[in-house]
Amino acid sequence: MIDKAKPDSSEGIIRLEDVHKIYQMGSNQVNALAGVSISFERGSFWAIMGPSGSGKSTMMNILGCLDHLTRGRYTLEGEDVSDLDDDALSEFRLRHLGFIFQSFNLIPQLTVQKNIELPLYYLGWDAADSAKRATELALRVGLDGRLDHHPTELSGGQMQRVAIARALANDPQILLADEPTGNLDTATGEQILNLLNELHDQGKTIIMVTHEAYIAAYAQKQLHMLDGKIDRIEENGNGTK
Amino acid sequence: MAQSRFMRDILTGIENLLLHKLRSFLTMLGVVFGVASVVAMLAVGEGASKEALEQIRKLGSNNIIISSIKSIDEESSATTVSYMSIYGLTYDDHARMAETFSTIKRTAPVKIIRKEARLSTRMLELRLVGTTPEWFELVKRPVIAGRILMDEDLEEESPVVVLTEFGARKILATEHAIGQSLKMGGDYFEIVGIVKSESGEAGNIQVPDQQVDAYIPIDLAKSYFGDTMYRRTAGSRELEMVELHQIIVQVDSIDNVESTAAGIEQMIRRFHKKKDYIISVPLALLRQAEATKRTFNIVLGSIACISLLVGGIGIMNIMLASVTERTREIGIRRAIGAKKKQIITQFLIETVVLSTIGGIIGVGIGVIIPWLITYFSKMPTVNTALGILMPLFVSAAIGIIFGLYPAVRAANVDPIVALRHE
Repeated sequence: MIDKAKPDSSEGIIRLEDVHKIYQMGSNQVNALAGVSISFERGSFWAIMGPSGSGKSTMMNILGCLDHLTRGRYTLEGEDVSDLDDDALSEFRLRHLGFIFQSFNLIPQLTVQKNIELPLYYLGWDAADSAKRATELALRVGLDGRLDHHPTELSGGQMQRVAIARALANDPQILLADEPTGNLDTATGEQILNLLNELHDQGKTIIMVTHEAYIAAYAQKQLHMLDGKIDRIEENGNGTK
Repeated sequence: MAQSRFMRDILTGIENLLLHKLRSFLTMLGVVFGVASVVAMLAVGEGASKEALEQIRKLGSNNIIISSIKSIDEESSATTVSYMSIYGLTYDDHARMAETFSTIKRTAPVKIIRKEARLSTRMLELRLVGTTPEWFELVKRPVIAGRILMDEDLEEESPVVVLTEFGARKILATEHAIGQSLKMGGDYFEIVGIVKSESGEAGNIQVPDQQVDAYIPIDLAKSYFGDTMYRRTAGSRELEMVELHQIIVQVDSIDNVESTAAGIEQMIRRFHKKKDYIISVPLALLRQAEATKRTFNIVLGSIACISLLVGGIGIMNIMLASVTERTREIGIRRAIGAKKKQIITQFLIETVVLSTIGGIIGVGIGVIIPWLITYFSKMPTVNTALGILMPLFVSAAIGIIFGLYPAVRAANVDPIVALRHE
């Protein structure tokens, strides 16, 4: 399952233009994002860093089409998604995005297979095709023979592998990872990061939020946020460890 | 494909409900009892009214029955030991009725004499009914053997008798009935036919025929037995003179029944000094019974609504708790790309599955209860298709109505907040 990288890979697959996000907290306004402009190229691997309150979570929510911007423009896969309604945003997430969370966010009552199949269910796949795809994905992320287990029976690393398999099910171009190793020990975390690296090598665009420098070092580029603005962008040599 | 997807959704819903078996079961109980009580009450109500309506219909909805009664003031003045009382309908009443009203199709005069009948050694007290062939047109009962009374019997005053099945069995036992001579009073009658007869009463109104009837030509009854008879009451013997005990009138159409009954009432009142008659109109009783049934159904319906409402609130309560509990799951589904309406559908399916299964169990119990009632108390109950399907649909509807709010609430959960929910 090799994803076809489009020829115009230099162009930004994700573009933010002067994006503002203002929260109303009681009587005072909080500028979670105060004019962010950036372009993430196709096939790149980014780490977003910054202290808490710097706006990196808000950034992830905006990038993940989970939140509306207050001002500015957000273009994803060449389409302006700034003003889309809830249904259209859901559709966008379903078609183009894959999420990987710190706390895995698997649905406990569903088996591993059903968890992986979840995006396919919403895409309208039938049961047989979904099962076939789930098996392939499990192999791809290094899980085998545990498809009928429930998430609680798995280790943290295995759970994150399931979550990654689920994020890949809809064959998205973009993977958004929010502290994917935050709940894992160092060795397991390293395995997961290597898995992300593999996916990057296969052509996925990966944006990962972290506050650990050694984790950020796995990415090609580091985006440092501060007070809702871009502080600086660093390049990590060849992008791999 | 679409159908298999629907089945998958339902199976997923059932799986989710099975995760909390006890909770799902307890939630369901409200609907189970609600539906069970509705089904059971409807069956009992239907059974009770059906029996009454059936009996009234047997009286004939086109018929008017005028009966002789001893008027109340006469009853109280009868202080002497032996007293001759003259009351009731007369042959003239009968003749006038048929002449006066063009809406009357046919009439049957009825003269009733209680006599002991004897056949060889067996004896049975019979209700001797002197009447005309019209009786058999008005009180339609199947002929089991032989024939009914005919016009020739009246003209020739031939001593013939038509028995009821019950009476024939009692008195003839296994002997062949038709052609036998039955001794009643001092006279012999030839048995010419046997008809079926009704037993019992319709509520508080008596059906015109009884099991111990024996039908003879009316003129014969008059000439053989006369119009006077002894009536033995507690401690006294009194002589009574009654010409006709009953006149049964059949009206040409159902629309004319009530006006004709009113006309007959007026006419008889003019010729009778005392109120020694009573007019009963089966149609009016039928209407009354139907009105009672309607009222009964409204009351039952209200009780049913309340019990189902309680069941529905129980479901809503649990589903709201379930939505809160599964906030994170909702967030995950939304992040993956589920639209709001898909979340609504998911939760609605769960509530509808819950309430419908509750409805099915409720119908099961609701069918067994009337059966037990009938089994132990012999009270008739009727399960109608409507009485079963309606509560079933209502239970599904309850799932939708009371599931909608929790489901919408689930769909409106902010995915960002939901993903952080513990």
